[in-house]
Amino acid sequence: MVDERDQSGRNIVNGPDEGPMRALRGDPAGYGELSAQQSAALALSELEATALDASLEDVGPSRSLGTDAWRRFRRNKLAIAGLVIVGMLVALGLIGPFLVQNPSFQTQAVRESPTNQHWFGTDQLGQDEFARVVYGVRLSLYIGFMVTLVETVIGVLVGALSGWFRGWTDTILMRLVDVLLGIPYLVLALALVTAIGRGVTAVVVTLAVTAWLQTARTVRAGFLTVRDLEYVDAARTTGVPTYRIIWRHVLPNVFQPVVVLVAVGIGSAILAEAALSFLGVGPVPPTASLGLMIAGSRDYFTEAPHLLLFPGLAIVALVLGFLLVGDGLRDALDVKDA
Amino acid sequence: MISYILRRMLQLVFVLWAGATLLFFLLFTLPNSPGELIAGGANRSANPVVVKNVNHKLGFDRPIYVQYGKFMARTVRGDLGESYRTHEKVNDILKERAPLSLRIAFWAIVIEILVGVSSGVLSARRRNSFADTATTLVAVVASAIPVFVLAYLMKQVTGVYAYQHNWPGWMRFPALGFGPNEWYLWIIPSWEQLRYLAQPVIVLASVSTAILARITRTSMLESLRLDHVRTARAKGLSEKKVIRRHVLRNAMIPVVTIIGIDFGTAAGAAILTEFSFNLPGVGSKIVTAASQRDLPIVLGLSIFVMAVYGVASLLVDISYAFLDPRIRLGGEDG
Repeated sequence: MVDERDQSGRNIVNGPDEGPMRALRGDPAGYGELSAQQSAALALSELEATALDASLEDVGPSRSLGTDAWRRFRRNKLAIAGLVIVGMLVALGLIGPFLVQNPSFQTQAVRESPTNQHWFGTDQLGQDEFARVVYGVRLSLYIGFMVTLVETVIGVLVGALSGWFRGWTDTILMRLVDVLLGIPYLVLALALVTAIGRGVTAVVVTLAVTAWLQTARTVRAGFLTVRDLEYVDAARTTGVPTYRIIWRHVLPNVFQPVVVLVAVGIGSAILAEAALSFLGVGPVPPTASLGLMIAGSRDYFTEAPHLLLFPGLAIVALVLGFLLVGDGLRDALDVKDA
Repeated sequence: MISYILRRMLQLVFVLWAGATLLFFLLFTLPNSPGELIAGGANRSANPVVVKNVNHKLGFDRPIYVQYGKFMARTVRGDLGESYRTHEKVNDILKERAPLSLRIAFWAIVIEILVGVSSGVLSARRRNSFADTATTLVAVVASAIPVFVLAYLMKQVTGVYAYQHNWPGWMRFPALGFGPNEWYLWIIPSWEQLRYLAQPVIVLASVSTAILARITRTSMLESLRLDHVRTARAKGLSEKKVIRRHVLRNAMIPVVTIIGIDFGTAAGAAILTEFSFNLPGVGSKIVTAASQRDLPIVLGLSIFVMAVYGVASLLVDISYAFLDPRIRLGGEDG
């Protein structure tokens, strides 16, 4: 089903399979077990392989990396499906408020099955389920994007510091990562929520704090690979200031894995937010949150199964969309270590 | 080998200490005043005198390093603290709840290994077959379904619908409660007990099983391409023997990693499953304590979860040495 060869015909069995799970569960792939040198060597051999393929392939007019990646991405049906799902849900989230009524407006119809008037029926308070799902998707997307934004900034910063300065900076930061990885993410999230309280902002902070570890490790590995290469040396010798070397010469090297992590990370954050709201430590009612909606309707499933199905499907669609896009990007950008 | 294990254990001790310290400072410095929480509950204005008394009684008016010292001293002695609200001791909570969590985690992992590994191996050997495609699809979708949605769906189908429509007895499972708590040899459930716990165990196993199948497949496909496998085939070994003796062992390394992590998580932090099925395990207690902001309980149980998780990953690391001849230090040649 998944095309396992990329355009150049190289085998990328590694690609489509492991993505979502790795990001979802911290770091089961055992990154920590690879020493810096090993991962450097791995990444190097990949660089060489990419270069070789490019030379074989680029007989015609030259194309940019982006064009190439998009060509590969387009051939992957699952990835396109993911992109379509994400696109539709984002559009729904953006224009939704103009389409539906106030999600907290309570009608007289309580737990009514789907009708022409209420497409998804009404919930236990008589609120229109469709409106709530639309607003829930909006909230999920908002939290997904915000968490990933914050998480990526922290992760890139820590990874860059660690990989660039090495020494004790690296030791301290990477030990911190080890310690945080030693706590299952939901437990860490619950502890954080206990400390800072509930609400949308608290959820964003909590999930960002639990999610940056993988990004930091990936960025660090990329920095370690590149920082001693000749062109970086050359830049240093010609007197380019350090921040500029990092920004212009080193950071672009980790761009591809970070893009993949961002796509998969949004999906994971949405799933995690749903879990926190379901457990009653996320956003506070009457906020329309998909997890809260499922939790709130749990006593009525027998009479009103639509109250489980619609928010549940919305979560699945959101997460699946981002996971598929992430996997597609992983193949298209030929990223192995993210 | 011995020195490796010792080094690894030291590392575990460090991680546990650092994790406990981190959580302690997180929980006991961030909220404005724990005393206020206890005296008035969250978001209510409490009588300042009461707050002051409570703070004094529980030692919150002492400098934070004194509190930390006390916390560490009792934690090292194995006392994980007690609740503000009910004065339950964390150790008693664990004694009561940890066995159930461990048992459920154990059976979930058994399913995960049996189903996940075998379907992964099958997938890899029959690449692009129907079974392979089906596994891929199920795995991708499974990683997007929230555990609690799966749990509720299952409860609805086998716990409610099955009873309403008189399905055969073996397809009906009680959707409420957790059964009589009857076990043989500590780990084997009685028939009655099994009927209650089958659903949570299957739900807990499902997502990780799908993921494990994918990882097994990837890892098998990678090992199949290694040089020594080609050599083994060239020697004329049967395909079965090649797989069993030369491929599986290599391919199991990432698989064992995942299994270890899954067990570590499931044993203490099967939070969503336990919560959806109302099981009195460790995970559901963490949620209750967190929503009541019962700091010592959250802290104590988190330390327990970290320890279980840490020990599981320690065992995984040791098992590498047995699985991979290149990692093995001394002993027979692979």
